[in-house]
Amino acid sequence: MKIKITINEKDKIFEVEPSEYLLDVLRRNNYTSVRRGCDNTSCGVCTVLLDDKPVPSCSLLALKANGHRITTVEGIQEEAHKIGLYFGNEGADQCGYCNPSMALTVYSLKLENPKANEQEIKEYLVGNLCRCTGYVAQHEAIKKYLGDQS
Amino acid sequence: MKVVNHRTPSVDGLGIMKGRKAYTDDFAEKDSLIIKVLRSPHAFAKIKTIDDESAKALDGIEMILTYKDFKRNAFTRAGQGYPEPSPHDKFVLDEYVRYVGDEVLAVVGTSDDICQKAMDLIKVEYEVLEPVLDFEKALDHKVLVHPEDDIHEMFDIGFDPKRNKAASYHMEIGDVKKVLDSCKYTISETFYTQAQAHVMLEPHTVNARIDYQERLVLYSSTQTPFHIRRIISQALEIPLSKIRVIKPRVGGGFGGKQAIHGEMLVAYVTYITGKASKMVYTRKEVFESSYTRHPMKLEISLGADEKGMLKAIDAHVLSDTGAYGEHALTVYMVAGSKVLPLYNKVDAVRFYGDVVYTNHTPAGAYRGYGAIQGNFALESAVDILCKKMKMDPIKFRELNMMKEKETSPIFAIMGEGTEGTAMNMETCKLEECVSRGKELIHWDDIYPHIDDGDKIRSVGMAIAMQGSGIPLIDMGSASIKLNDDGFYNLMVGATEIGQGSDTVLSQIAAEVLKTSVDKVIIYSSDTDLTPFDVGAYASSTTFVSGNAVYRAADELKSMMLKEVARIFECDKDDIDFDGERFYYKDKKISLIDFSNEITYSEAQKQLQATSSYVGPKSPPPFMAGFVEVEFDKETAEMKVLNYVSVVDCGTTINPMLAKGQVDGAIVQGLGMAMFEDVKYSKNGKLISGDMLNYKIPTRLDIKKLTTEFVDSYEESGPFGAKSVGEIGIDTPPAAIANAVENAFGIRIKSLPITAEKILNKKWEIENEKK
Amino acid sequence: MNVNEYVVVENIDQAYQLFNQNKKNQIIAGGAWLKLSVKEVNKLISLDDLSLNYIKTNDKSVEIGALTSLREVEMNDVVNEIDHGILSTAISQIMGVSIRNLATIGGSIMGRFSFSDIIPVLLVLDCQLYFHNRGEMTINEFITSKGLDRDILTYIKINKSTGQSYFKKISHTALDFSMLNVAITFDGSFRIAIGSQPGMAMLCEQTMAFLNQQNDISEDVIEQAVSIALTELKLSSNIRASKAYREVLAKTYIKRGLRQVIK
Repeated sequence: MKIKITINEKDKIFEVEPSEYLLDVLRRNNYTSVRRGCDNTSCGVCTVLLDDKPVPSCSLLALKANGHRITTVEGIQEEAHKIGLYFGNEGADQCGYCNPSMALTVYSLKLENPKANEQEIKEYLVGNLCRCTGYVAQHEAIKKYLGDQS
Repeated sequence: MKVVNHRTPSVDGLGIMKGRKAYTDDFAEKDSLIIKVLRSPHAFAKIKTIDDESAKALDGIEMILTYKDFKRNAFTRAGQGYPEPSPHDKFVLDEYVRYVGDEVLAVVGTSDDICQKAMDLIKVEYEVLEPVLDFEKALDHKVLVHPEDDIHEMFDIGFDPKRNKAASYHMEIGDVKKVLDSCKYTISETFYTQAQAHVMLEPHTVNARIDYQERLVLYSSTQTPFHIRRIISQALEIPLSKIRVIKPRVGGGFGGKQAIHGEMLVAYVTYITGKASKMVYTRKEVFESSYTRHPMKLEISLGADEKGMLKAIDAHVLSDTGAYGEHALTVYMVAGSKVLPLYNKVDAVRFYGDVVYTNHTPAGAYRGYGAIQGNFALESAVDILCKKMKMDPIKFRELNMMKEKETSPIFAIMGEGTEGTAMNMETCKLEECVSRGKELIHWDDIYPHIDDGDKIRSVGMAIAMQGSGIPLIDMGSASIKLNDDGFYNLMVGATEIGQGSDTVLSQIAAEVLKTSVDKVIIYSSDTDLTPFDVGAYASSTTFVSGNAVYRAADELKSMMLKEVARIFECDKDDIDFDGERFYYKDKKISLIDFSNEITYSEAQKQLQATSSYVGPKSPPPFMAGFVEVEFDKETAEMKVLNYVSVVDCGTTINPMLAKGQVDGAIVQGLGMAMFEDVKYSKNGKLISGDMLNYKIPTRLDIKKLTTEFVDSYEESGPFGAKSVGEIGIDTPPAAIANAVENAFGIRIKSLPITAEKILNKKWEIENEKK
Repeated sequence: MNVNEYVVVENIDQAYQLFNQNKKNQIIAGGAWLKLSVKEVNKLISLDDLSLNYIKTNDKSVEIGALTSLREVEMNDVVNEIDHGILSTAISQIMGVSIRNLATIGGSIMGRFSFSDIIPVLLVLDCQLYFHNRGEMTINEFITSKGLDRDILTYIKINKSTGQSYFKKISHTALDFSMLNVAITFDGSFRIAIGSQPGMAMLCEQTMAFLNQQNDISEDVIEQAVSIALTELKLSSNIRASKAYREVLAKTYIKRGLRQVIK
């Protein structure tokens, strides 16, 4: 079946199978910043924005995205650059496999709750697991990023 | 120092955050053949027949590989120095399957979908065998996990498959029994640790193609590209010169990628078909069919005299390597060699036992590498002994633990799979670590606990050590060249897997060359382009590869000075170089002008230096870990309020990244201590084999981490550095167990420590009293 | 998961008809848990074009369309005021925000997940479910009866009560399924529901009846209520917790919940 998705503000048409998930369709079409982690909504690595809201692309059927807007980190390069600088300054990036999904989720947190405190940051991002950093440096980076934006 | 010991952001963080292609699967050829493995539903079985005719006939199926397609070349998947101290007990595919998830056959097709369809059509008939599932009963079990005769060890590691032994070890200093008998206080306790999973977020991934020189080129998410190249060459009989292994960015390893996983099948398929191929493990495969931490049973006896001096340690350890013996002996030995020297004033110490085969998912390398298992047992046992002696556990440690300039005879006796190397502790700031940690956790205010009504708050602690590479075995090397316009390329075999080694090694080179990190362009781990390095393991990179980088950069500096001396017509030792300019009396030349001149106009040549390093010793980092835990009195639910780590890792080349290593390791250690339960069905199937059922700590579970480094300078390390990659993981299990004891007077001796276990123990004690 | 065909229906009748045509036809709501619950689907029926994503309120109640995402329910101001926001509190502890953007209230009910943190809360809120064919029924009727799964939930309705409430999820890590969850409301009378037993959530009707007969909720009464609850609950063991430990949790948190709601 054909679906039409507006990815990073460009209209795209993809041929998809009814059982295909958005993650596979995106990777197949060279959106390689969207990555596979756990296959079952548990880790957050495959996060994309669906109509500006973070969703796990590993569990969103591609056909359900038909007619919607999808944002990957390629669609928020400026913001990701900024967030990257904050992560870098706090030593909050290690393996980085989850970082594009982290950028998308932090960006969406900024849209929803720009004044989020540490507890709210943790609650918003709890679905984004990290096995490397122990989280502390990430929270420092995100707090500073949000603080400097508002 | 201008660069080293500064908080430098990682050299690659921005590009990765912005989603640039970086990881193995990002570089897979678009039309790669997909390889899927049909995995065993049985814990132990012999394949009787495989009916794959209708699957082979499917449109899009390229080939189906079974054990009949491979020559029987036994090898080990463990990525270790050669000859490996792990038994060669694995075949690419075998007619026996030895655990639920073991490889039965491989389906190669044009898409995931078609491979899945083919797998559904394949009929395999098994002779189901009785499995060995209880590792305490594995030794001399009537069932042999490896009945075949064509497997072997590379040198004596105690390999005895006819007794289900992958390896065994025995060492004794002094007469342990005699010393224990003479002690006023003795204790004997048994501890159990579980098969922790690595849960790196990037699954095991590999892809291959044949390049235009007709060579096999692999991209692999691995910690050991050079070992991968060697093992593939040996097992598949492909000349080493025909193989190139490129390690792109790796999405976490923690030891889990210190072995061959999909590489063998991908290499074979592409080599045979000439077509690109790839494999990405599903998360289920990562859990079920890669490998785990070695579960262990540790029986510890301690004896002390009336003054509280520890006199003897006896450790009888049984380790479960699962179906294959990757890292079997070496992990086992580290459970002793990187734990026992903490208490170096004993008169006698013994460490012995076996590593057995079972029909479980294999065990392998995992951050801590035995030390966390040994640490949990010994540091729990020490607190048990202190309780019996009514002695303050910190006072006991201060009295008995390793101090600077001291040594332990264990260093000379126990290496990793071989004899060790004698060494003195030129740096050991354990005393500072303990006293600073005690302050930071407010030990004296809380110990043993504070009763808050519904809640009870307690503290617990443990000390730990690790190593810095494997002495006389681990080799790292670096090549550095000067470019026109005055910047450098640094080529290292050292394997960046997210720990920050590219950044740290760039910092070392930049410091030597008095430049900034952005002038050092690092490229790591490509068997064609970078010099040899054993890879990212054994906490070796900063120390071993860092020393190699230091030497190479120093050599290049000396080459540059020699050329400038020619220009200035002076002695090279009389030239000042500040990183940007060379000076001699009233003469000066900028690095940029010099580099352009030597590239294009005058006595042109490429200045490049290559250097290597093998450590004559492995200076251990040390740390003290302290935890404050709040318990619910009724339900025993636990909250870790603060984890204090005070670490001696020598100079921190990058204090921010070093802290990240410790923080991350502490949280992994807390996961092992409290959450990460491994459950098998009675038939040996892993129940906790996905991320819905295997729970790693989330950001809401981590309240506060307090991480500090003590001043320390290790002469043998680059700019005074030791290692920091693993040390952080060792203390949480014992510290938490000790905090439970300090709260409730209850001792939990198996991991993970859950609220339910605490209550069960409490009920058990109450019932005994009745 | 294997899907033969994906059908976006134009009206609810068509959906109902397709759904009942073949046992292997399946409705998709958010789809977050779909691949975990079904293997083989003939027609996957999407309700995305039926405008079932809404929250409407009047003086007495809140009506939530079945395809409204959990996150929208959680963040809704009116929902947040019902019994001190017990539903929002419960939803906010489910997995991460991104799942809650995908998962829907209807899917969470129709999945009949025994680990659900939402069903116990809907039980104490006495939520009404509206099915296309069968019409109205309470959530309690739904979960205690069988064979209703081939109907289509279109919306749910919750009364705007302003009582006291208590919700507690007990889990190993913040992202894990509950070992047990406890929902209690009090607006003159008590309602108590326990979920993740690990079997299906249930209302503690005997305990509620006992409590609702009492004039004074003393510590003694609370203790008695807890023992009644333990007799009527169907606690058992699974990989997350044993029956014995669940009993401790039920005892502790029913007691604490009752103390809190009568404060």
